[in-house]
Amino acid sequence: MIPGKFEYFAPTSVSEAIGLLGQYGSEAKILAGGQSLIPAMRFRLAQPEILVDINRIQGLEYVRETDDYLEIGALTRESAIEKSTIVQQRYPMLADTARVIADPLVRNMATIGGNLAHADPANDHPATILAYNARIVAEGPGGERIIPVDDFFIGIFETSLERDEILKEILIPSPPGGSGGAYLKIERKVGDYAVVGVAVQLTMEDGLFKSIRIGLTNVSSTPMRARAAEALLVGQTPEEALFDKAGRVAAAECEPWADLRGSEEYKRDLVRVVTKRAIRKAIERANGVL
Amino acid sequence: MGTRTVNLTVNGQAVTREVEPRLLLVHFIREDLSLTGTHIGCDTTSCGACTIIMDGKAVKSCTIFAVQAEGRSIETIEDVAKDGLHPLQEGFWEKHGLQCGFCTPGMIMCSKAFLQENDQPTEAEIRWAISGNLCRCTGYVKIVEAIQYAAEKMHEKANQPTQVQEQEVVA
Ligand SMILES: Cc1cc2nc3c(=O)[nH]c(=O)nc-3n(C[C@H](O)[C@H](O)[C@H](O)COP(=O)(O)OP(=O)(O)OC[C@H]3O[C@@H](n4cnc5c(N)ncnc54)[C@H](O)[C@@H]3O)c2cc1C
Repeated sequence: MIPGKFEYFAPTSVSEAIGLLGQYGSEAKILAGGQSLIPAMRFRLAQPEILVDINRIQGLEYVRETDDYLEIGALTRESAIEKSTIVQQRYPMLADTARVIADPLVRNMATIGGNLAHADPANDHPATILAYNARIVAEGPGGERIIPVDDFFIGIFETSLERDEILKEILIPSPPGGSGGAYLKIERKVGDYAVVGVAVQLTMEDGLFKSIRIGLTNVSSTPMRARAAEALLVGQTPEEALFDKAGRVAAAECEPWADLRGSEEYKRDLVRVVTKRAIRKAIERANGVL
Repeated sequence: MGTRTVNLTVNGQAVTREVEPRLLLVHFIREDLSLTGTHIGCDTTSCGACTIIMDGKAVKSCTIFAVQAEGRSIETIEDVAKDGLHPLQEGFWEKHGLQCGFCTPGMIMCSKAFLQENDQPTEAEIRWAISGNLCRCTGYVKIVEAIQYAAEKMHEKANQPTQVQEQEVVA
């Protein structure tokens, strides 16, 4: 199908892009990888009058580690994240996530910034980025600001970005010693969105859970944390009975709906099982098994 | 909301056209350039029949606007046989890698970019690489064999003494 008409701009700097967003307001949309926006435009679910293509802006595609953070440029393609050695070795949950998003062809275009800014509860990065307790760097006319990820997703397809702000960078705190994480996704086939997905990032100290964050994919209208399950685990000794309980609590606190991918009951049961598996895998990784 | 000029390289040749911004790259390729080897199989970015190579990466040309290709270099199936059949095309022929043939251009463009990055892939890596390209006839087994055939041939050729390669270039 053919998208509606629009006017196209390809700015070469962030400030130029912000200027265009300010000038055109709600008529304008950013075009990043286009792998969510263009399909939506083809179905006329989205009909922006102005497209601000940010692909010509230099310096927004990188993955680099500093003392405190893994810094990821918003335009970094999923395929680059998937293949990054730092990501594979130091941030395995992020590698788990990138490699189950869509398919290799889509991942050559799709960007992590677009995946987060789109705020589709079915997208996979939100759960992982919630579990990592990341920070989102946004730039607008007044300069940069940092948004804690817990304040970023505010509704279905809705983030706390202002209309004239660009998501520029994602900051993932460097995990302290004794940390591990895993993202597990149940999908019907390659390229499909998750039936459910569970992201677990934890830190162990003296044999106890020092901290743990759990993000869930596609089981609520806004990407969510399984806070009750997290609370149950912190300070406890890891053991099967506890994982089981955490799985049941996560299954109860999520809000899935019935659709082609399954009934509500089925999805809750998947959350129960997959949460347990993700916790086990994250612990293995905290113990040095990749 | 008029048209825009787009300049790009298509199969090694410079191309300049006036296009509407909303024109999808796949329609540009098929309708403006009459290169109909690139197919359209779905409307949902799912099937990969429209796969082309843009600046070395395999992408779905149905989910890129033609204006986005400004200054870029794209390669379509029409360029693949320019010096006789490509090892991938030979592989699809020898191993019966196609039945109806509709997905074949996309399969070939996808695996061509993939073999450029990895010329000794395992079966699992090949299956991963083509996981965004749907085939409704073959069940994929023969496609995987075709790509394995090409990989072996290309790897052998790449490892021949350089003199032989030079002679080939001259010839
Ligand atoms: C067949 C198919 C299967 C898919 N499967 C999955 C899957 O399993 N899991 C998954 O997570 N995703 C999946 N996706 C979605 C894909 O990962 C998208 O590419 C991604 O959600 C959006 O990223 P993008 O760079 O393509 O953004 P675009 O499509 O360009 O933009 C999406 C939205 O975000 C906004 N935006 C983009 N970048 C910025 C920025 N820097 N600042 C502010 N706003 C911005 C745009 O204005 C737009 O509203 C799939 C897509 C397809 C086509």
